[in-house]
Amino acid sequence: MPGTSTPTGTRATRMLGVVTLAFTVWLVVFGLVVSAEDVVQGSTVRMMYVHVPSIWVAYVAFALTAVVSAVYLSGKNRSLAWDRVAGASAEIGVLFVAISLITGSLWGRLTWGTYWVWDARLTSTAFLFITYIGYLAVRGLGGSFRQRARRSAVLALLAVLEIPLVHFSVVIWRSLHQESTVANSGTDVELDGLMLFTLFLGIVTFTMLFAWMVLHRQRALALQDAVDSHGLDLAIKQRQQEAEVR
Amino acid sequence: MSDTYTATPSLLKVARTIMIKDLRTEVNSRVILNQVAPFSVVIMILFAFALDNDGILQRVAPGLVWLATMFSMLVVVQRTFAVETADGALDALRVAGVDTRALFLGKSVALGVQLCALDVVLVATAFFLYNVQLELSGLLVVFVTVLLACIGLGFIGTLYGGLAAGARGRETLLPLLLLPVVAPVLIGATRATEAGFNSGGAEVSEGWPWSGLLLIFAVIFGVVGSVAFGPLIDE
Repeated sequence: MPGTSTPTGTRATRMLGVVTLAFTVWLVVFGLVVSAEDVVQGSTVRMMYVHVPSIWVAYVAFALTAVVSAVYLSGKNRSLAWDRVAGASAEIGVLFVAISLITGSLWGRLTWGTYWVWDARLTSTAFLFITYIGYLAVRGLGGSFRQRARRSAVLALLAVLEIPLVHFSVVIWRSLHQESTVANSGTDVELDGLMLFTLFLGIVTFTMLFAWMVLHRQRALALQDAVDSHGLDLAIKQRQQEAEVR
Repeated sequence: MSDTYTATPSLLKVARTIMIKDLRTEVNSRVILNQVAPFSVVIMILFAFALDNDGILQRVAPGLVWLATMFSMLVVVQRTFAVETADGALDALRVAGVDTRALFLGKSVALGVQLCALDVVLVATAFFLYNVQLELSGLLVVFVTVLLACIGLGFIGTLYGGLAAGARGRETLLPLLLLPVVAPVLIGATRATEAGFNSGGAEVSEGWPWSGLLLIFAVIFGVVGSVAFGPLIDE
């Protein structure tokens, strides 16, 4: 109806939003006040509570994009809802990779003395960022919704193949970055208990934020598709009326 | 009863026909010879202006050869698919029932052959302008590297060229999609060519493992591309 707005939220998303907000406040307090400074890095280490959860969310987002793309391509009933979830997830993934690259650069400047080093993980992440910008560009190519869905679903699956290949080749090209310290039990670096808790709190908070954003964004995309489709219907109707007048 | 029987040509036979068609189009138009090859040589000359040091040029010559290949490839891929989409030729092939795997294979090999020809020019340019050392054993490594890299680039170029074909703004979209994917080829081919050229003290034998990487890459994108190409161009 003209003049009314269609909300993208439901009771469940509003509840999720409130819980996410509460967790965000908890994370800010723990990240900036409660958790201790690092012996070597001082307060700089607090960048970790944004940097690591951001890249975690980006990986989750791109994995979700790939999974729902595969579901779309394999399903007999190819619902466009899968395509919209893939698109929403990729958009948010790109946003979080950007946050991760920016916070990583700032952290690198403070700890390594440089914004960028050509090591395997940073370079692969930059490629990841560019690849999904390309994916979003393909989604904006135009054509029918079905064309968009098929093209982008295939591209999302190609990206799943491309990313490990790029990563592998860059790893053997050069590697200076420290190994993952939390996930890799082979290293002797230990995080303080409260720091570790704050890090996991960050991961949980960012994951909830991602879920909330995807739910809203895919509904916004559905509304956008409905508007585009409505515009097309109107145009067809106008042409039909023109033909009748003649 | 009529004894007519319409034989479906084999996939390889169709692919071969497509490849010959693409190469014949190139031979007739001579775009690679008259435009792309001079363009790639100009890139090599501009690199020399930018770096302005004989020693550095000799050291980085393998990377420059492959960078020039990547940039030239963008032009060749765009040209290949512009020819196909201009008169709806790609749609006509699809309507004619041409197997998309054969289409992919034929176009990829044709693209690979064109890139190989281009790389012969680029390696020769590096030899004469950058003064690189090229002995017989090194030449073999460079030859295999060019062959494997161009096969891989042919597959990737065709796959992503097909995706961007017919799209608005494909000239700007193709580099964005293609260049990140070819990064492993750039790394592998540069290192293998470094060994072939003896750049930076690299031994010739060091080039073979990198050629192996190029082979793996070509096989993966050959298999995946033949599956994915159909849905990508099926509009």
